[in-house]
Amino acid sequence: MCNKTIIFVSLLLIIGSAGRAQGLLDELEKEQDSAQVLIEDATFKGSRLINGHSVETDGEGALTFLISHRFGRLNGGAYEFFGLDESNIRLGLEYGITDRLNIGIGRSSLEKVIDGFVKYQLLQQQRGARLLPLTITAFTSMAINTLRIENPERELQFKSRVDYTYQLLMARKFSSKLSLQLMPTLVHRNLVATAEMDNKLYALGVGGRYKLTNRVALNAEYYYRINAEAEESMYYNPFAIGFDIETGGHVFQLHFTNARAMIEEGFITETTGNFFSGDIHFGFNISRVFQLK
Amino acid sequence: MKYFLIITVFTFSHFFSNSYAQKYRLSSSEVSFFSEAPMEDIEAYNMEAKSIFDAEAGEIAFVIPIKGFEFKKSLMQEHFNENYMESDKYPNAKFEGKLHGYKAGKTEQKVTAQGEMTIHGVTHQIEVPGTVKSNGSDLSMQATFPIRLEDYDIDIPKVVFYNIAEEVEVSVSFQYQPYVQ
Repeated sequence: MCNKTIIFVSLLLIIGSAGRAQGLLDELEKEQDSAQVLIEDATFKGSRLINGHSVETDGEGALTFLISHRFGRLNGGAYEFFGLDESNIRLGLEYGITDRLNIGIGRSSLEKVIDGFVKYQLLQQQRGARLLPLTITAFTSMAINTLRIENPERELQFKSRVDYTYQLLMARKFSSKLSLQLMPTLVHRNLVATAEMDNKLYALGVGGRYKLTNRVALNAEYYYRINAEAEESMYYNPFAIGFDIETGGHVFQLHFTNARAMIEEGFITETTGNFFSGDIHFGFNISRVFQLK
Repeated sequence: MKYFLIITVFTFSHFFSNSYAQKYRLSSSEVSFFSEAPMEDIEAYNMEAKSIFDAEAGEIAFVIPIKGFEFKKSLMQEHFNENYMESDKYPNAKFEGKLHGYKAGKTEQKVTAQGEMTIHGVTHQIEVPGTVKSNGSDLSMQATFPIRLEDYDIDIPKVVFYNIAEEVEVSVSFQYQPYVQ
């Protein structure tokens, strides 16, 4: 036998023995890697980013009781106890009909607004055997202002008290720490303050979270109003920054924002505070989840 | 031609050497864990395990995708993956080792699995007693063993409302069928 053959055979032997020695675990892990679809959940900690909704939906049978507070303005000074003398509150109930379909109702003290919403998760971000870069959730809400009008000059029809919001929430979890969200929004107001104002207000929201630890995240949210020339002088774009703190069954959100309202038609279209001149409201959202099913 | 012959011989010898090694794969499985806590008991079930048992060598391996654990509360499931197990970083729990005391052909026998368990990216040598039952061609295995969270660097935060026990009881039930490679 010539040298070449000896080398060739020994090579085969080496390759052969290496192939045989491959463990059972390697075999399993190879199969696992090729077939596994990893769903990216927990893009955000709660159903709210800060003021607005996040792509997250509550699981089937989960009933969430949400208490949201916004105090007065920080620049009210010591006399107003830096805003803490005044408080707006929204109480809400949300329910997961399925893992993707959520409904909710709420009542705000501000303008005595009753709101209802429907939220549906269209796509969920996935990696592995199937790739889907984004989680996309559709959101729509209706808000009814029930404030009594003193000495009405004319009868206010019911429909004039109603506003609608339509949103597409698109988020990507870039890592377990960083998630970003984009929110194209349309708010339709049946009645607007002046003739120049458009009933349809378009806005584009951006937001995100960065996890500082496993249980504490820093969030920020900003809505840019697109066709708001006629109301530029009256209202500001809403900005909010805050923390999510998770404690087992609770998610506790603390934030600073120039908005007083806690529903879309309110904080997107009627934010009167200028964040950068100190019109900042401290606020929080507390949620408690009850599993009914 | 000479090389071609040698390769052919090698290929066949490989083929034959593997064909009599009796290996088993899962036809169904259930892995569950249970933890008693003051607020509420925590339990979860997982049907997505994969396993191979090589009866001839007495070797066994399994892989359990952590995201396959289903809890009654979806929020608890999310926290389990996100904060305790960090499933994005460590998607699977793994075990590879030997079954000591296994004899083919017995209807029921006590065995001990000894090998390396990897959970949350941390590997430990463990020994687990269990039972193997056989009804002719198929096998089933059952085992229950404790896992100390601390051993696998799974953090329990001080300020959670559920007091999570430091030890959880894991139960494994595997049904195997023979397969030929």
